Amino acid sequence: MIVHQFNAAGSKARQDLDDAPIIRIHDLRKSFGSLTVIDGLSFEVHRGEKLALIGPSGSGKTTILRMLMTLETISGGRIEVCGEPLYHMSRNGAEVPADEAHLHEMRRHIGMVFQHFNLFPHKSVIDNITLAPMLTQGVARADAERQARELLEMVGLADKEASMPSQLSGGQKQRVAIARALALKPEIMLFDEVTSALDPELVEEVLEVMKRLAAETDMTMLLVTHEMGFAREFADRVLFFDRGRICEQGTPEQIFTNPAQDRTRTFLRKIIAAGHRV
Amino acid sequence: MDWDWQFAREITPILLQGLKVTLIATILGAAVAAVLGLVFALLRRSSNRVVARTAGFLVQFIRGTPLLVQLYFIFYVLPDIGIRLPALAAGVIGMGLHYATYAAEVYRGGIEAVARGQWEAARATNLTMRQTWTHVILPQALPPMIPALANYLLAMFKETPLLSAITVLEMMNQAKSVANSTYRYVEPMTLVGVFFLIISLISVAGLRWLERRYGRRT
Repeated sequence: MIVHQFNAAGSKARQDLDDAPIIRIHDLRKSFGSLTVIDGLSFEVHRGEKLALIGPSGSGKTTILRMLMTLETISGGRIEVCGEPLYHMSRNGAEVPADEAHLHEMRRHIGMVFQHFNLFPHKSVIDNITLAPMLTQGVARADAERQARELLEMVGLADKEASMPSQLSGGQKQRVAIARALALKPEIMLFDEVTSALDPELVEEVLEVMKRLAAETDMTMLLVTHEMGFAREFADRVLFFDRGRICEQGTPEQIFTNPAQDRTRTFLRKIIAAGHRV
Repeated sequence: MDWDWQFAREITPILLQGLKVTLIATILGAAVAAVLGLVFALLRRSSNRVVARTAGFLVQFIRGTPLLVQLYFIFYVLPDIGIRLPALAAGVIGMGLHYATYAAEVYRGGIEAVARGQWEAARATNLTMRQTWTHVILPQALPPMIPALANYLLAMFKETPLLSAITVLEMMNQAKSVANSTYRYVEPMTLVGVFFLIISLISVAGLRWLERRYGRRT
C-alpha cells in the first residue's frame, strides 16, 4: 500500500521530469562567522537518485543537508529544488530573498531524519506521525492514523503506536522518525547520520528499513553517513567531501575500490582503521 | 498581654473583608505578571538587539528596586504627571509589573530548556511558527514552569501587606485601622498572621502536588 503510493508519485514525476535535476546547487557558500564551511560548491541530483555524502567531520556534509531543509541560511550561491529556487523568489519580476511563506511552500518537497531522532517527547508514537499531516496538509485524523499505521507496519513497529518515545530504544525511535518524515510524502528525503547515535546492535534494524525504502520507492535520497558498507550498498552515487568541496565523486564501486584521489584513499583507510566496515 | 476572644470574634468579619481584597489583588496581580512576563520574555528573545537590550535593562531595573518604592511611585508620583490610579489598580499594576520580571525568567528558562532539535523537527515537518509554538514548544516548556510560577504566586500573596502603604484596604490595612482605633494589636495582628498561614499552608500543599505532577521529569 505504502509502496504503491510512493511508486505512483514517482512514476508521475518520471513522465515529465526524468532528466531535469530535482536538486541543483550552484556556487554555494556557507560560513559561520569567519569560518567558511562550504566554499563554491556545485552539484546536481537527479530524481530518484540515492546519493551518499561521505567525508571527514567538518567537511560540510551535514551543513548541506541542513541548508536543503532550511535549518541554516545560505551565505551565497543558489539552491534549486524541483526547478524552483529555494532561497530566492521572484517578486514583481525581480529576484528577492525568499520569505517564510516561500520557504514553507518549498519545504513540502523535502523531509529529514536527524541523528538524534528529535521525536516530540510529549506525543505518542502515532501522534508524532500524524501531527504534521493533519496540521500542514489538512489530512483528517482517521486518514492520518490509517497512514501512520501502515508506515509503522513498514518500519516494523505496528505494536508501538500508543507508546511514548521515552519507552522506545534508539533504533525504534529512529524508525518512528523515518515514519514521521515519510508521512508527509516528500519527494526528497535527507538522512543525517541517522545511525551515529545508536548502539551498534541497533544500527542494523534502521539500515534494514532504509534499504527497503530505497528499493521500494522512487524517492530521491541524500544520505550523510559514516557507515561505508551501507553507503556502498545503498547509493547510486557517492560524493566524497573535503573542506567544503567535492573532492571526488563516482559510483560506490569507483570510490570504494578504486578511488582516484589520495585524500579519498587516506579517509577510507582511517575509517577502516576505526572499525567501520567498507 | 491578654487575649480577648470576644474582640477577636468581633473583628473577624472586617478582617475577612480585607482578606477578600488581598486575594483579589493577588489574583489580578498574578494575571498581570503572567501576561507581562510573557511579553518581557519574548522581547528579550527578540532578534532586534535594541529591543532585547531595552527589555533586559527594564527587567533588571524593576528587579533591582524595592516593590515598596515602585508602589509609592505609581500611586503618589504618577499623579504629578496626570496618571491618577485607584489604590487597588495601582497595587495590582505595581505587583504585577514586579513579579512579571520573575515570571519572565521562568518563561525564558522553560523555553530555552526545550531542545534545539525540537525546533528543527518542527521545521522539518513544515509546521508554521505558530504551530511550532502551540504544538511542540509550549507543551514541553510549560509543565516544568508551573511549580516555579506557583512559588512566585505564593511569594506575591505574602507581599500584599505592602499594598497597605498605598491605602489599599487589604487585610493588613484593615487590621491596622482596627488596632489604631481600639489600641489593641494582639488580636488583629495574630489573626492576620493566622489567615496568611492557613492560606499559605493550603497553597504549599497544592504546590507540592504541582511539583509531583509537573516537576521536571528526569
